Amino acid sequence: MVSKKRFIWIARDLSKCSGCRKCEIACSLWHENRIWPEASRIRVFMLVPGVEFPHLCAQCEDYPCVEACPVNALSISDETGAVLVDKTACIACGQCIDACPGRIPHMHPAENYILICDLCNGDPQCVKVCREGLWNVLQIVSRRDHSYKLYARKPEEITRNLVVKIYGEEGERFL
Amino acid sequence: MIFGYAGKFLEIDLSNEKISETRLGDEVLKDYVGGRGLATKILWDRLGDRWEQIDPLSPENLLLFLTGPLTGFFPGGRICVSGKSPQSNGVVGSTVAGEFGVELKCAGYDGIIVTGKAEKPVYIFIKDSNVEIREAMHIWGKDAKETVTLLTKECRALLQDRFPQKGEWKEPAILYIGPAGENEVCTAVVASKWTHAAGYGGYGAVMGSKKLKAVVVKGTGPLPEVADMERVKQLIQTICQDVYENELWRRWGTGSAGYFVGAKTSSEPVRNWQEEWHDEKSFGVDQFENRVWVKQYWGDFGCPTTCLKIALIKCEKFKGAITDNPDYELQAYLGPNLGIFTPEENVFLTCLIDDLGLCGIQTGNVLGFAAELFQKGILTKEDLDGIELKWGNAEAFAALIKKIAYKEGVGELLSQGIYHAAVKIGEKKQQDVLQYAVQCKGIGIGAHGIRSGKDYPEIYSYACSVQGGDHTSTACLPLDDFRSELTMIFNDSAVYCYFNIFGVPRQVKFDFYKAVTGIELTQEDWINNKAMKILQLQRIMLLLGGPDLKWSPSIHDDNPARFYEPLPSGPYKGKAVNKTKVSEEVQRYYKTVGWDKNGIPKPETLKRLGLESAEKALEKLH
Repeated sequence: MVSKKRFIWIARDLSKCSGCRKCEIACSLWHENRIWPEASRIRVFMLVPGVEFPHLCAQCEDYPCVEACPVNALSISDETGAVLVDKTACIACGQCIDACPGRIPHMHPAENYILICDLCNGDPQCVKVCREGLWNVLQIVSRRDHSYKLYARKPEEITRNLVVKIYGEEGERFL
Repeated sequence: MIFGYAGKFLEIDLSNEKISETRLGDEVLKDYVGGRGLATKILWDRLGDRWEQIDPLSPENLLLFLTGPLTGFFPGGRICVSGKSPQSNGVVGSTVAGEFGVELKCAGYDGIIVTGKAEKPVYIFIKDSNVEIREAMHIWGKDAKETVTLLTKECRALLQDRFPQKGEWKEPAILYIGPAGENEVCTAVVASKWTHAAGYGGYGAVMGSKKLKAVVVKGTGPLPEVADMERVKQLIQTICQDVYENELWRRWGTGSAGYFVGAKTSSEPVRNWQEEWHDEKSFGVDQFENRVWVKQYWGDFGCPTTCLKIALIKCEKFKGAITDNPDYELQAYLGPNLGIFTPEENVFLTCLIDDLGLCGIQTGNVLGFAAELFQKGILTKEDLDGIELKWGNAEAFAALIKKIAYKEGVGELLSQGIYHAAVKIGEKKQQDVLQYAVQCKGIGIGAHGIRSGKDYPEIYSYACSVQGGDHTSTACLPLDDFRSELTMIFNDSAVYCYFNIFGVPRQVKFDFYKAVTGIELTQEDWINNKAMKILQLQRIMLLLGGPDLKWSPSIHDDNPARFYEPLPSGPYKGKAVNKTKVSEEVQRYYKTVGWDKNGIPKPETLKRLGLESAEKALEKLH
């Protein structure tokens, strides 16, 4: 892993998310040339109003999704360290979803392949729009030796934390 | 088919549990665009010939949820709710923010037309073209936060269950009513999230009358194809870059106005508009920001402003109250208007209003009215079921709010909205109390007064508006002024948040419309023809009114009596609106929009606009 240092990682400060979903718009425009929230590789969940947050690949150190793929449709980019999906090889079996601790991958809404953040070849569009508007929920940092996997959590788990952070004990009744 | 539209509308007959799809011709969409414009057209076509006979709370009324071609593309997503209004008995285009419009378009529909009435409480569940009417007994009676929690959980589980391969399902978008809507309170809203509301018009009552608790939608498709995506992207950027410079609205939302509009422009309702000035620094936006906001930037689909903020009271008496901001309107109407000047009490009341599914403006207006009658001794403690409705007594107002939402005791009377309540109290007390009702054509005036002359509405803005006291639809000359109702009709018909267009050249919205739809539209064409057509139809339906009331332009195209009283305090003390001047301006407005001196659209006006079908209605107005 000599090249690991020049890889980027998208740092995330979830409680600051405004819920504007500009990241979804930017991501789907980049990948699909359409505004298409369900086809966005980054998705904003709002299981509780006010507790919006982006859900995107955490780029785990050990890439369990890649390991789990039965047809080698997933690979790790030499350039960015992102998980790349081979659309034609993917059989849409969903095993990568089950392997991901945060159940982050999701199926393309119209075609038979899985969607995982590819870091837009090293220039993530979601980060751009988030920083442009000064929300700064997302930020590019250089990837180091760290437990990034901690950030692969299910939407419910993240919500459970944030709801208390934002609403205190009041928050519990919205779960 | 025109770009930017999904191409079809969902038609749901609740009486017969019938679900179908319908299309509207390209010409109709070109002329009426969407949202408010299209609502006006649909209502006119389907109910126009017997408008005056239709009870807004009867199964015959339509309940419309309409997007516009720009919904989802233009920064700041909204949806327009409409029907025959139980407040004005005309048509109000009432928009609410959120992702509902986007989800609906992604599901393949430009709108939903609801007719009839369900036998038992139901909600509508839409997943793309799969649409079902589901039983809602278990959520009937639930407040806003409970409703959203239950429906989010239930509908996500439904999606997970039916489509397990997909991965984790994001929540669907929800529009719903609270207890007030269920009880057909005329100041009830159609809500989204916990706090967003389509308030003007009283469509929560219409939804309740149909026993429709909620509409839930998940669309998995893309937004419709547009004419020129590169141009759309550029225009999004143009708008966002402008908004990012607008620090005032980004940082404080409209919340900065709770102090400012009182202290500086002196046009804020204070104690039911007896005054419009206050200098209470306890109500400064810094107090909200530093004491109660737990999220400073909160927004809806694609919004660069994110003007909403989330407030949570963390200690003492009102601990646990959660709402957004409050924004200026609710700061004013549930603050100074009730003699309340602390963020905590204001947040507490706003939270209660949200939870019960009431409109903070319209209900706040009724509360202020009731409190003034109490102050004057016209309504006694006994009349108010033992409530001591003193200015500044937040808990007394809270008690009355609950009575209104559940139509208990005096709440039954006040739940009929400002106009009907005033008429009935007047009859009961044998005196004119309508003079204390600060409303126009059944709709309480938005929190922007006209006496100081320092705020944006003109002295005839509410009097001539086809949406009465609605501060987001003010009549103004010249007709292409940015404050003109005709200009505002575009925002509500293309359906996006107009808070994102203040700083950009007005051509941008028409450029945006062209980039999405492929149709050229000029400001002149919009003002002189398309918006004008919508305005005329709205005017006709407003004047037809019925069945329980009918507005007469010579009486009702006027300001509430209060605006003719001199301001008693503040920097503009002594200023009042001149009645003669108002009459002149009203006549000038009539003339400019093609109405005769009695305020009725002239036959030649209708002819020029191709509204021959409406000419017949004129006979009923003369």
